[in-house]
Amino acid sequence: MSDALVVADAHKTFGTTRALGGASFRLQRGEWLGLLGPNGAGKTTLVRAIAGRVRLDTGTLTLLDVDVSSASQQARAARCRLGLVPQDVALYDALTAAENLRAFGKYHGVTGRALADRARWALDWTGLADRANSLVKTFSGGMKRRLNLACGILHEPEVVLLDEPTVGVDPQSRQRIWDMLHQLQEQGTSLLLTTHQLDEAEQICERIVIIDHGHAIADGTLDELIAQTVGTGRTVALRLDRSPTPADFDDGLQTTDQGISATVADVAAELPALLSKVASAGYRVDDVDIDAPSLHAVFLHLTGRELRE
Amino acid sequence: MIGTVMHVAWLNLKRDRVGQLITFLLPVAFFSVFAAVFSGFGPDRVPRIDVAVVDEDQSEASERFVAALKKDDGLRVQTHRGEPPNPIAREEAREMVVGRDVPVAVIIRPGFTDKFGKIFGESASDEPAIDVLADTADPVAPQMIAGLIQKNAMTAMPNLFMQRGVDMLEQYGGPLTAMQTTAVAQWLELLNKPDDTPAEATSQPEVPAEETEPQPAFAQGLVSIKVHDLLASDPDKSPVNAFYAAGTAVLFLLFSTMAIGGVLLEEQSNGTLERLLASNLTMGKLLAGRWLYATLLGCAQLSIMFTWGALIFGVKLFTPAHLAGFAVMTLVTAAAAAGFGFVLATACRTRTQLDGIGAIVILMMSAVGGSMFPRFIMSEWMQNLGLITFNAWALDGYQKVFWYEQGVWALWPQVLVLSVAAAVFMIIARLLARRWETV
Repeated sequence: MSDALVVADAHKTFGTTRALGGASFRLQRGEWLGLLGPNGAGKTTLVRAIAGRVRLDTGTLTLLDVDVSSASQQARAARCRLGLVPQDVALYDALTAAENLRAFGKYHGVTGRALADRARWALDWTGLADRANSLVKTFSGGMKRRLNLACGILHEPEVVLLDEPTVGVDPQSRQRIWDMLHQLQEQGTSLLLTTHQLDEAEQICERIVIIDHGHAIADGTLDELIAQTVGTGRTVALRLDRSPTPADFDDGLQTTDQGISATVADVAAELPALLSKVASAGYRVDDVDIDAPSLHAVFLHLTGRELRE
Repeated sequence: MIGTVMHVAWLNLKRDRVGQLITFLLPVAFFSVFAAVFSGFGPDRVPRIDVAVVDEDQSEASERFVAALKKDDGLRVQTHRGEPPNPIAREEAREMVVGRDVPVAVIIRPGFTDKFGKIFGESASDEPAIDVLADTADPVAPQMIAGLIQKNAMTAMPNLFMQRGVDMLEQYGGPLTAMQTTAVAQWLELLNKPDDTPAEATSQPEVPAEETEPQPAFAQGLVSIKVHDLLASDPDKSPVNAFYAAGTAVLFLLFSTMAIGGVLLEEQSNGTLERLLASNLTMGKLLAGRWLYATLLGCAQLSIMFTWGALIFGVKLFTPAHLAGFAVMTLVTAAAAAGFGFVLATACRTRTQLDGIGAIVILMMSAVGGSMFPRFIMSEWMQNLGLITFNAWALDGYQKVFWYEQGVWALWPQVLVLSVAAAVFMIIARLLARRWETV
């Protein structure tokens, strides 16, 4: 599979602040890549650089086999095949949904019958066909988000940059947006998603890059990241009928006020033995909780728990 | 609770520099402009009036009168073309007024000495002692001249005036007795008090639209004056309505173009600008599109204002010459105003900042530039200061069209200045907008 986007050793400094310190990663054609990182990690700078809004100090950006690091004619042509869906709802409130679609379509060079067809498709895709002639300012947050997404992909880009596409929407709207994105996936669109919502990245991204302090610190599928960081073992927590006494259990078990917990590699094999050990120690098990390792754990493991503000 | 509310409000104001400017600086600045205009301020406290004086009487009295006019702080008198001895003739004076070299000319007619101070025995049909040739687009100048003529007649020739009074009294009443001599002395004393002069004696009641009938001396002062308005071809023509239509339109044109420019700041704030600039649209194209739109909107705004003025207030818009001049002036004025709106917008960081600073700049510029009150009532240095605003150039252009009946070609200075201003404004705006482009 060839690369849709290659970021190589990207450096960018604003004044005395280093935003990017050698970030590198690849997005393959048709792939869905999650770009995660704490606040100030450099995600937005990277997205803006890819969109042509920030010029790198050093490093290269290759979009669909074209070097877009410079402001050449070729670079501008390549960027026409890129779609940007900003985190802000960047729409004209005083225009209708259809008018917004037509305006942004024209800005991206779509005209005539193609524009009319694409606008009609987008209205169906977003579920806004019945509100095509309603002013955007009368829309709910979820409707605006869907239209915001549609305006970014109306020109059928091969690569889409999605910046927090579901921030601030209710679960139903979020699910609807995910469904829309899956339709794009079926069409072979490559997608780079930046988000703070880790479950969203887990849900729709095939591969994840975690960026911190301006460079990529982890890159792989979710399972690979888990294996590389927190391990694949499950955490089993048993809530007991009373506070356990540490002396009643072996060293491999951790005691808490509510019960005990242990990390197990094979739940089916090890859980019965654990329950039996608890029973033989004279305790009754009130509840069992099994946690699989998550992206959340990986993220905190890699970036720490210190607040980034 | 109330104290907390007040404290929070104070903290908000304390951290809002634009709010502080509007709250404290704008009223002071406005007061200063109004005070400078209406109370006199600066090197010349009152507007000095350029006046051409023609002495056709060539008598000792007329020479003393001219000398008195020259000494008057309110006048800048020209009696010669270039260096003496080339005295200005009546026709030359007329040309100077028509050509806008001076707003008013004073012609001292032959027989000035004989007519001076004759209060009785004259009728309205008698020739006046002085002809005033005026351009009443500036209605202040002829009225001031009328007053200053009377003042200078009074102060320059007290002995002559006294003699005339005594002569007339003796002519109609016989030789003076001792008691009459005393009465004459009291009468002279009264005449020497400015407050005793009837108000209508030193000023015209209305802006003269054409020639005024000469009034007997007792009705208008010591010297009978006839005002000739050289530029009022149409008795219905009003310089005031055309002026206010243009002044008001330009003022609000600036606000509307600033608002269009402000959309850039809103787009920058809500992320739309980022999206636009990530598309095929460049900043240059975006600014050009918005500027063209603002220019066309400005043309529509000015057209509506003048059409309303024509329909309701008698502004003579619907003649071929006026329509042509109006079209040219409107296009360049709207283009310059649009450019200025974009300079303001690109110089500000937020819409709130633009609204505050823009209001201050536009109101001040409009006040100094003559959109709020005519520049001819301002002192000379303020009139010159007004020329740095494009309001003044726009208003001068409209005045040429609607009052001076000048053709399109005569508008070239205004068209040139406003066109250059529009171009310079857009270059500045384009440079300032670079901060929103690729960094």
